[in-house]
Formats: sequence, structure tokens, C-alpha cells
Amino acid sequence: MPMVDIAGKEYEVDEEGYLIDLSQWNEDVGKFMAVEEKVEMTDGHWEVVNFLREYYAEYQIAPAVRVLTKAIGKKLGADKGNNKYLYELFPYGPAKQACKIAGLPKPTGCI
Amino acid sequence: MAVAKFDIPEMKDDIEIPKLREGAMSHIKSFPAPEKVQDFMGYPHELGEDWKERAIDKMGELLGKYRSLKVFLDACVHCGACTDKCHYYLGTSDPKNMPVARQDLMRQVYRRYFTTAGKLFPKLVGAKDLTQDILGDWYNYYHQCSECRRCSVYCPYGIDTAEITMAGREILNHVGMGQKYSNEILGKVQKIGNNLGLPGPALIDTLEGLEEDIEADTGVAVKIPLDVKGAEVLFITPSADYFAEPHVESLMGYAKVFHAAGISWTMSSHASEAGNFGLFNGNYETMRAVAMRIRDAALELGCKRIVVGECGHAWRVAYSFWNTLTGIGYGADDPFSVELQKQLDHNYPQPQHICELTNDLIKSGKIKVDPSLNDDLVVTYHDSCNVARASRMGTEPGGQFIIPRELIKSVVNNYHDMADGTIGEATFCCGGGGGVLTDDLLEVRVKGALPRATALNNVVKEHKVNFMAMICAICKAQFTKVLPMYGFDMSMVGGVHQLVSKAIKLEKAE
Repeated sequence: MPMVDIAGKEYEVDEEGYLIDLSQWNEDVGKFMAVEEKVEMTDGHWEVVNFLREYYAEYQIAPAVRVLTKAIGKKLGADKGNNKYLYELFPYGPAKQACKIAGLPKPTGCI
Repeated sequence: MAVAKFDIPEMKDDIEIPKLREGAMSHIKSFPAPEKVQDFMGYPHELGEDWKERAIDKMGELLGKYRSLKVFLDACVHCGACTDKCHYYLGTSDPKNMPVARQDLMRQVYRRYFTTAGKLFPKLVGAKDLTQDILGDWYNYYHQCSECRRCSVYCPYGIDTAEITMAGREILNHVGMGQKYSNEILGKVQKIGNNLGLPGPALIDTLEGLEEDIEADTGVAVKIPLDVKGAEVLFITPSADYFAEPHVESLMGYAKVFHAAGISWTMSSHASEAGNFGLFNGNYETMRAVAMRIRDAALELGCKRIVVGECGHAWRVAYSFWNTLTGIGYGADDPFSVELQKQLDHNYPQPQHICELTNDLIKSGKIKVDPSLNDDLVVTYHDSCNVARASRMGTEPGGQFIIPRELIKSVVNNYHDMADGTIGEATFCCGGGGGVLTDDLLEVRVKGALPRATALNNVVKEHKVNFMAMICAICKAQFTKVLPMYGFDMSMVGGVHQLVSKAIKLEKAE
């Protein structure tokens, strides 16, 4: 597996750059992944990333897209609780791109 | 996602046969499965010294086990009828994506080791020693086939390239060249219960959220039951239906149908996945192990009917293989199946497709719908390959084409089919089926979607179609990802039960 250097520390990632050991995650890692994904992080982005990490800590899986949109709607206002807003934040798809920045494994399946 | 850049093919007025570009897709390499994934599946993770022996032995075993494979490798006369029928060839121009060429990758090796002429005069009959280069070609091009079987419809001998692809992948696995995407998923479904790896508590939380959504939207408390013993129907659906958009809209549609019809139903956390990637790998034991979860759940929960949601290859496995794999189906009377057969209610098809169930309920007036609620939509229907060419639905030949269309037309007022030759038995694959739906194969997926995108574009221009309905989780995920690259809005893609969900009338509680 490849290693990447982030702020002077080595991290193991998979072929697509997802962090292998999610307990190693910190904000520097998130920022590094965001640059790789060409995503400019705003408060809205961090809200999503932080929610993903909280949900993962409780359920050992990223939240379903509907669960995520509802949670973001509650936090940031109903106008932002939808798929469109999430795609604006993470154009490649909120599930996969936001998970990478949050240091979570990539969700796979028929999605 | 750092995906290598590639050109999106130009969408023309008609589906055109491209000029050959040799090696156009030779750079494609799906990520190999790592050691722990291969370990769980019982495969090596790298080529050992004896890789060639292992490959040839495995090929011999498969030829002995599957007579079809031997017939397909023997029967081809290179007539060329299949050459322009594969969506991957049409989209990529790579001659190795012609079905006959894909078959020949294995046929050349088969002739060398398993036919007299090939053993004695290899050059005369195009027989070749198995080399690592050939193995590399297998890995590359057997992951550019979605096992959709369109080529087999046009082959005068009925040669099914999908079976050759499946055998190729099985041999590759056996020598340590597994594909990460499919094998990782096969691990998750067996360890956790579904392809996504969604554990029980997350599933409960997700379903509760959806119940809230339906109630907020309709004012009716529609339930999505899980692990309810004694429910009449065990409902099996792909895990993408819990997780992804637009899949989740269909899940809410199924729930409303059961609610409105007053049918008691349940899903199972043990068998919380309809999909069975064992089919894609061509490994009977894996396919059986994955299918057994459903049999186990049916016995444990005591259900009398088994109904399958919108998932193309799951329906193929259910309709065509469950009977012999697990004893779910008509009339199996071997001791293994007897207990289950006694439990199931044979007044109903076992298993039954959700489209057939819903269509029957609407036709018999047991549930009411108002198609004008879909008047904002002009709808077309994409036949998913595994439903179209590898299964059936209902009691009549062609039911798999008729029933979904009947159902759609009962819940929408505006419907137009895409052109003949692109639907029904001749349907074009979405481009993401058969274990190809992964980011590392995005170029294959985008290019393979060209024929379907072209056919769709024509009904968009001609009839202002703004919604393409389908009954497969892979098709939904594939199209929402790749159609925007052809200029379509991703909201055009959705399930048949997404349309049902909008049109169905629910009785409000007093």
C-alpha cells in the first residue's frame, strides 16, 4: 500500500488514496485529502465531514445519503438538506468524496 | 477521485459502428484484490510458481463441469454476427471488446491444451501457450464485459460470452488475480449481510428515518419492518435501496404498496441484500453461499412468500438459480428443500418479482393509483440486461418486458419506448453491470453507456422524455454517475417503484 507524507507524518492509504487506519485521522489529513480531491473546504464541508465521522463512530458505516441530507438540513437549514446541496459541496458524490476527506473507508456496492 | 482523464465519446444521432482502434482500452486495469480479501474467499493473492498448472487445471475442471463452456469454445465459426453488438465495443472501438475476440482470448488457450489439433499443430488452429501476457489480457478484458448477454441474442449458435467471462474470472481468482471491487463485496455480504457492509443498528436507524420521511410526506404511518417473525412476505432487495439516491425512493414505494394492500411483510437483517456477486465471479459455491442467507432467513422468519425488489442480477439468480441452489421455487422435492417447500404458499410464484406483485394489485383494484400525480414526467423504460435476457416474469413468455411496462403505464400518463433494437431482448446494458460498477473502471463505464445514452437522447428529442425508469440498483447507480457526462440531468434516472410511490393512494388513519 502507498504511503503519503502529511505535515511531516507518514500515513498509509489505499490505491485511491483512502486512509487505511481511520484512527490516524486529523484535520491535516482531511485538508490534504480535500486538496487531492480539488475540494475547497468551507464550514459547510466541515459540517458534513464531522457528521460523517460522528455517525461512523456510532454505526461503523457511513450514513445513507438520506440520513446525511436530513442531518445537514437540521444543522444548516432546510434549504441545505438536499442532495443538490451535497453535490455542490462534493461534486464527485457526497458518499465517496466526503468519506475520503473524513478518513472513512469508501462505501462500495451498487451505489 | 483522482481518475485518469479520458475523452467522453460524442453522442451521434444513431448508434454507429466505430472504426477499429487496436489497444484503445489496453491500459485499463481494475484494482486487484488485496491479500485479506482473497484470503477470505479462499483464493491466493499473487501468482505462485505453479500458476500455469493451476490455471489449466481449473480450466479443465470448468470444462468438465459446465458443458456449455466447452460447446461455446468449440462452436464459434467466426461469422462475425456478434462483432458490433457489444456496447463496450461500440463505445471504445477496441477490437478486443468484440464478443468473438473476448471469447478468443480463452479459446486460443483452450485449443492449445484441450484439443488434438491445437496440441499437435497450434499455429494452424490459432492455439497459443498460456503466458502471463495472455493472463493480463484476460484480467483486462474480462473486466470490460458486463455479462449482459446481448451478443448471445445475435449469435447463430447462441454462444454466451458471459459464461466465458465468468469462467475467465474464476480461473483468474484461482491463480491469485482477483478483482478488488467484486471480491471485497462478496466478503461483506457474507460477513455483515449486505454488499454495503451496513450493520444491523445502522440498518434500523436508516429504515426508521425513511418511515419518518414517508409519514411527513403523506401523513400515513407506513412501516418498513425488519426481522418480523411470521410475516407473510420476506422481501429481499439490494442494499443500495437503503443507502443511495434515487434507489431509496423505490424502497419507500415498495413499503407503500405492502401497506396499501394490507400485506404483512418483513425484511431480514441476516439477508439484507438481494445482490449476489457470486454470479459475476462464476463461482457456484460462492453464489450458493450468498443465496443460502435468503433461504435461512425465510426458514427462521417463517415467511410464506419471497418477493424480490428492483435488482437485475438478483432477479436472474432468484428466478433462474434459487430452485437448484437453495430449494426456493416450484416443486423441488429433494429432502433439502422439503421443509421450505411446505412452508411456502404455492398459490404465488416463488420467488415473485415486486413488479408482478404490484401490477397484479393494481389490476385487481386492491390498491388505487392516480397516474396524474406523475403528469410532470414523460417516461421511458430501460430493460435491465439480466431481467431481459436471463429470466422471466409472470406466466407468459416476454412477461419480463410486458409487466414492468404495464405497471409504469398504470401509474403515468406519458410513456414512450426507446427505439426497437435497443430495448426488450435487444436492450443495451447500462455499462456498469457484472462487477464493472467501480471507479477504477469509470472509463469503461462511461464509454459502454454510449449506445443507451444515444437511444435515450432520441426519445428526449422526439418526445421530451424526462425520466428513464428501471428495475436494477446497478443501472440506477451507473446512470446517475455517467449520464450527466453526456449532458443529462441525474434526476432523470429512477426506479419503477419511484413512480408507483408518487401515484399510489394511501388511506389516512381516522
